[in-house]
Amino acid sequence: MTTMTIAKAINEGLRATLNNNPRSLLMGEDIGALGGVYRVTDGLIAEFGADRVVDTPLAESGIIGTAIGLSLRGYQPVCEIQFDGFVFPGFNQITTQLAKMHSRSNGNLTVPVVIRIPYGGGIGSIEHHSESPEALFAHTAGLRIITPSNPHDAYWMIQQAVDCQDPVIVFEPKRRYWLKGEVDTETPGASADPFKAHVLREGTDATVVVYGPLVPVALAAAEAAAEDGHSVEVIDLRSISPIDFDTVTASVRKTGRLIVAHEAPTFGGIGGEIAARISERAFHSLEAPVIRVGGFHMPYPVAKVEEDYLPDIDRILEALDRALAY
Amino acid sequence: MGATHLPSTEFDGTEMDDRLEAEAEAQLGAPAEPMVQLLGPDGTLGSDPVFSKYAEKLDPDTLRGFYADMAKIRRFDVEATALQRQGQLALWVPLTGQEAAQIGSGRASQPQDYIFPTYREHGVALTRNVDLAELLRQFRGVSNGGWNPKDTNFHLYTLVLAAQTPHAVGYAMGIQRDQKLAAANAVASGEAGQAVEPNAAVMVYFGDGASSEGDVHESMVFASSYQAPVVFFCQNNHWAISVPSSVQTRIPLANRAKGYGFPGIRVDGNDVIAVHAVTEWALEQAREGHGPVLIEAFTYRVGAHTTADDPTKYRGSAEEGLWRAKDPLERLEKYLRAEGLADDAFFEQVKADGDELAAYVRKTTHDLETPDIRTAFANTYVEAHPLVAEELAWFEDYSAGFADAETAQATSDPAPAEQTDRAAQ
Repeated sequence: MTTMTIAKAINEGLRATLNNNPRSLLMGEDIGALGGVYRVTDGLIAEFGADRVVDTPLAESGIIGTAIGLSLRGYQPVCEIQFDGFVFPGFNQITTQLAKMHSRSNGNLTVPVVIRIPYGGGIGSIEHHSESPEALFAHTAGLRIITPSNPHDAYWMIQQAVDCQDPVIVFEPKRRYWLKGEVDTETPGASADPFKAHVLREGTDATVVVYGPLVPVALAAAEAAAEDGHSVEVIDLRSISPIDFDTVTASVRKTGRLIVAHEAPTFGGIGGEIAARISERAFHSLEAPVIRVGGFHMPYPVAKVEEDYLPDIDRILEALDRALAY
Repeated sequence: MGATHLPSTEFDGTEMDDRLEAEAEAQLGAPAEPMVQLLGPDGTLGSDPVFSKYAEKLDPDTLRGFYADMAKIRRFDVEATALQRQGQLALWVPLTGQEAAQIGSGRASQPQDYIFPTYREHGVALTRNVDLAELLRQFRGVSNGGWNPKDTNFHLYTLVLAAQTPHAVGYAMGIQRDQKLAAANAVASGEAGQAVEPNAAVMVYFGDGASSEGDVHESMVFASSYQAPVVFFCQNNHWAISVPSSVQTRIPLANRAKGYGFPGIRVDGNDVIAVHAVTEWALEQAREGHGPVLIEAFTYRVGAHTTADDPTKYRGSAEEGLWRAKDPLERLEKYLRAEGLADDAFFEQVKADGDELAAYVRKTTHDLETPDIRTAFANTYVEAHPLVAEELAWFEDYSAGFADAETAQATSDPAPAEQTDRAAQ
């Protein structure tokens, strides 16, 4: 067991990948000498050279497009998109090419590209640096989407993403990059399957489903609720596509109430998908409607008011009150 | 106020516009810009200081092969158009007029090279030994990619314009890494200097319309930065559906390569010998590690963009006539006959072979099996996926319900007679 931050855990995970898998390589803007704007790739170019840690031209479509070509030649590229809001120049390559290549080749071709995207707000940044576009990608068949919330998962999930033969987008909770935790670099343990949700705290009165940056918020909300005598179960989804509905369903059958919280806007979001599925699977167990907590239907607001936009402990507790009122 | 306080005409925009316009007209209408041409429309062979030596290497068999391939793919084009008209294909994308650009470039590639086509490169597909009947699967709506690219190193057609260009550059970057790894392994095993595999290059096709896409720009930047072994082969067929190439560019497209820092060559796209020579040179450059090349094959889409298009809405028949006079097959036929390299018997055999191919394609297309949607479930992901599994299970249940209904219907078949009797009463 080693204590490290999420950023360091991803760095170590990438280092392990580059060591273990000679066909893997990293690509992105400023990931070489600088080590990435968040220093996630710090030191890797010195260790593995410029052919395996590739500073690319400043062009997201080019990064994803050339990564697809490299994967067709048998390589396993891990692309870094510098910020969530800058993935869109590469959106065409991700959705029309990467996601469909295996299908349109009738299974003959595989394109195991990994795309890392720091996402989410709460860092006081300027426009386009705080967004949560995961639902746009979850809606696209052919992609897998995972998001770690702690260093141990971060270390293993990035390696599992590279091992996966499907394209995987790893959304990294950028405001938690400096969150510290224990990492077991010997074995993933309970994190062996990156597409399985984790029950982080057991409870009996309500279930709160979260992922990525909101996991610590939900755990704090559950703690506060406990002081008020409410027992809240907290689930870290970990995988956004596919979603581990079995774990969520089992929890709701026990608690009867479900709250889903994410930073992304609620409309057309992951919370809505979970609400719909759970209402189909566990209708008779539900004591209250599934309640979503999330961003508003507006462009991500300016930094000075982002606290009013982002779900926090109180927003989750308010939703819990509403659920318990039924 | 107005512009009086601005410095006077250091840069005269109007003059610049006029000059560019004149240049564009000269270059796009009747190209005055140097254009590599070896075989003229009249069938006589000219010379070129760089490329003649490539033409000189061509033996009579190869030259006859060029003609046979061009004739074959033109016959195929006619057949596929007919199949679309008969409702056997959803859509067809004709190539007539571009045979020399495609056969010349395709035959310059080697088996170890990898080709990324757009969606009109049926001629290149022929040179890569793709089964043309398989190629029609996409246009019949039974597959989104009818062949396995690994068999021929001919990638699937890409319909999102220019999206394949960065794939080509990435693939070429992979080749570079393979060569370094092979060299390192050779050194490690004491076999330095012994080439394990022949050097390979990548060639990617796109058109004058797609040249405006950002992906072409990004690809050329990446290719240049990493000196990737890739040949950009632009078929300037003058029309992006209804929009003329003058809307996509005001300079010869080949000139754009200068801006990226690699060679750009405009070649007569209706001259199969010149196209072959220029492409062979470019692929050699790439394979030898000299970086990318842009080739602009100056040609013309004699037919419609697709079978859903109507060129009479946007261009005159005089223009089409002008280009028909530059026909790639006719000029090679003239040359072969004048040089005594082919006789009537040869051309009759070519025609017979074309008809045989057409018959094969017609029959095979009729027999192409409609896939089961279960294959779409199976091919969405490589690894097991719970949502796909759940939806497939639902679909199986749902389908089974219809099967039950059909069975029930079948067992109750004797009933209608009785009902009819009742109805009669």
